[in-house]
Amino acid sequence: MEKILDVKNLKINFSTFAGQVQAIRDVSFHLNKGETLAIVGESGSGKSVTVRSIMALLANNAHIDGGEIDFKGQDILKMSPREIEKIRGNDISMIFQDPMTSLDPTMPIGKQVAEPLLIHGSMNHANAMARAEEVLKLVGIDNAKNRMKDYPHQFSGGQRQRIVIAIAIVNYPEILLADEPTTALDVTIQAQIIDLMKDLQHKIGTSIIFITHDLGVVAGIADRVAVMYAGKIIEYGTVDEIFYDPKHPYTWGLLNSMPTLDTSSKRLYAIPGTPPNLLDPPAGDAFAPRNPYTMEIDHEAMPPFFKVTDTHYAATWLLHPDAPQVDPPLAIKKRQAEYRELLASGQIGSHKAKEVDQNA
Amino acid sequence: MGKYILKRVGYMVLTMFIIATATFFLMKLMPGSPYANQAKMTTEQINIMNHQYGLDKPAYQQYWIYLVGLLHGDFGTSFQFNNQPVSYLIASRIGPSMQIGVQAIILGTLLGILLGAIAAIRKNTWVDTVATFFAIIGRSIPNFVFAVLLQFFLAFKLRIFPIALWEGFSSSILPTIALAMAPLATTARFMRTEMVDVLNSDYIELARAKGNTPWQTVAKHALRNSLIPVVTIIGPMAVDLMVGSMVVENIFSIPGIGDQFVKSITTNDYPTIMGLTLLYSFMLVVVILIVDILYGLIDPRIRLSGSEGSN
Repeated sequence: MEKILDVKNLKINFSTFAGQVQAIRDVSFHLNKGETLAIVGESGSGKSVTVRSIMALLANNAHIDGGEIDFKGQDILKMSPREIEKIRGNDISMIFQDPMTSLDPTMPIGKQVAEPLLIHGSMNHANAMARAEEVLKLVGIDNAKNRMKDYPHQFSGGQRQRIVIAIAIVNYPEILLADEPTTALDVTIQAQIIDLMKDLQHKIGTSIIFITHDLGVVAGIADRVAVMYAGKIIEYGTVDEIFYDPKHPYTWGLLNSMPTLDTSSKRLYAIPGTPPNLLDPPAGDAFAPRNPYTMEIDHEAMPPFFKVTDTHYAATWLLHPDAPQVDPPLAIKKRQAEYRELLASGQIGSHKAKEVDQNA
Repeated sequence: MGKYILKRVGYMVLTMFIIATATFFLMKLMPGSPYANQAKMTTEQINIMNHQYGLDKPAYQQYWIYLVGLLHGDFGTSFQFNNQPVSYLIASRIGPSMQIGVQAIILGTLLGILLGAIAAIRKNTWVDTVATFFAIIGRSIPNFVFAVLLQFFLAFKLRIFPIALWEGFSSSILPTIALAMAPLATTARFMRTEMVDVLNSDYIELARAKGNTPWQTVAKHALRNSLIPVVTIIGPMAVDLMVGSMVVENIFSIPGIGDQFVKSITTNDYPTIMGLTLLYSFMLVVVILIVDILYGLIDPRIRLSGSEGSN
């Protein structure tokens, strides 16, 4: 499997009045060609900052203090603004979170969709407008031909998000960065947008990094999942491995706080406590203060990644050979049992086999 | 759109009628009479004069006669300026006033937009500080001070421009600059504030994500969206200019209309006061109409009622 994007040891700090906020603390991951990688985590865990750094769209007070982002043999972090502008909207494009504010209110949508084509000189004006219309049809805007001259305020939220997606895919990018593209939408529209993205991925063969805090959405779209906490990736694996056989206590907490059909208790589970202050992050595992399975070493040393399978890694001391065996929460044990059953019956084995094969 | 403009013109006529009525009766409340040397005139002479100008009739009759005259395009005859018809008086003097007024508002808004935009793009740098400084200066120093300073340095000391009078385009430059300072400063301030907001918006980030350079982003997306509040203040600024022009015209000895307005009030020259008030009100309602139409052109969300489309 070909790696299209390789992020290595990324470190990003933000200068604030209070001091340096260590937003991204040594993050590494890669994106394979044609796959969808979901990055999940709660607000402030560094998901958005990570993908924005790929587009070099960080705020002015952010500075990158290390690492590299390899795209097609070039380090994006070492590129000049000119070189990055050539990549933006062309090879890599981005879908923004809020469709209500992401479109220019004073420009007809046809022109907005055609703009990336014109900027990158891919085609002349007439062809660009024709392509824009075609893509608007592709994302499901009815009567696209007559609506090209309409303005954003004449569309509903769901339609606007489709237009935002049309802008992102109009140049058939190799990588699509989706920053919580469904968060601002209601649930039925969410499902439609996810189906649309899967469909488009199939049609134009693009790779997607999908950021969300909604695990339900992840199950529907992702091939692989990376879980972020306090500026670090703490566990990653295939979608089945993360959902059915998670190893990090934070991932357990995340999955536990997601309501399922057989959630019987009256209250939803919430992970106790709050994430650490990244002005002065803890020396050990950042999740330790909230972790019911915490050990002495969690407070002292940062856990390295322990290998679970060829595709599944988790940064928790619980996986150390010397660590005591702990019982994960009941719901997680149920998931693991379900997983073993499914594996045995071969229902999800094929997906897993494919993944393993890809890494071989 | 046509229907909308028609409706607006109807309202304009109504506005003008109300202004004419209010001015007429307010004017009648002013003390004094049109006769400068009344003390030397006999009662008989005054009566003859009053009769000749129709001032002996009750106010409501005078008002009616004036309105009927207006409908026939007759603004009456000036008491002071050689008994010229008011319409002729205005026509012969409106040219210079209009010219420096229009030049000043165009120069002021365009430079103001530019200055404000640059200040916003270079926010919190020395460029921003310098631009803000100029905006404060322009806003806080009255235009007649600028007029005198410009006259002293550029005309008297350096002799680049004519010092006064009205002899071709070059004589309009200094008064235009003096008048343009206030709109320039106001526009720059509004533009900077709005542009800072716009540049922080999501669609600007999306524009950058499309591969636009910073300047392309400003030209294609930020400028137009920042213009909306600027358009709103063009109306009030135009009023400022009209008032300001009277003093500036005086300083540069320009045969404009501002000077006459002031004189007509101090001498109770009723027909001239009425004529000029109506003229200024007319210009103002036209400016407001233009601003409203511009609004719709710049921002598609502001739909003019009566035109096609939603909202």
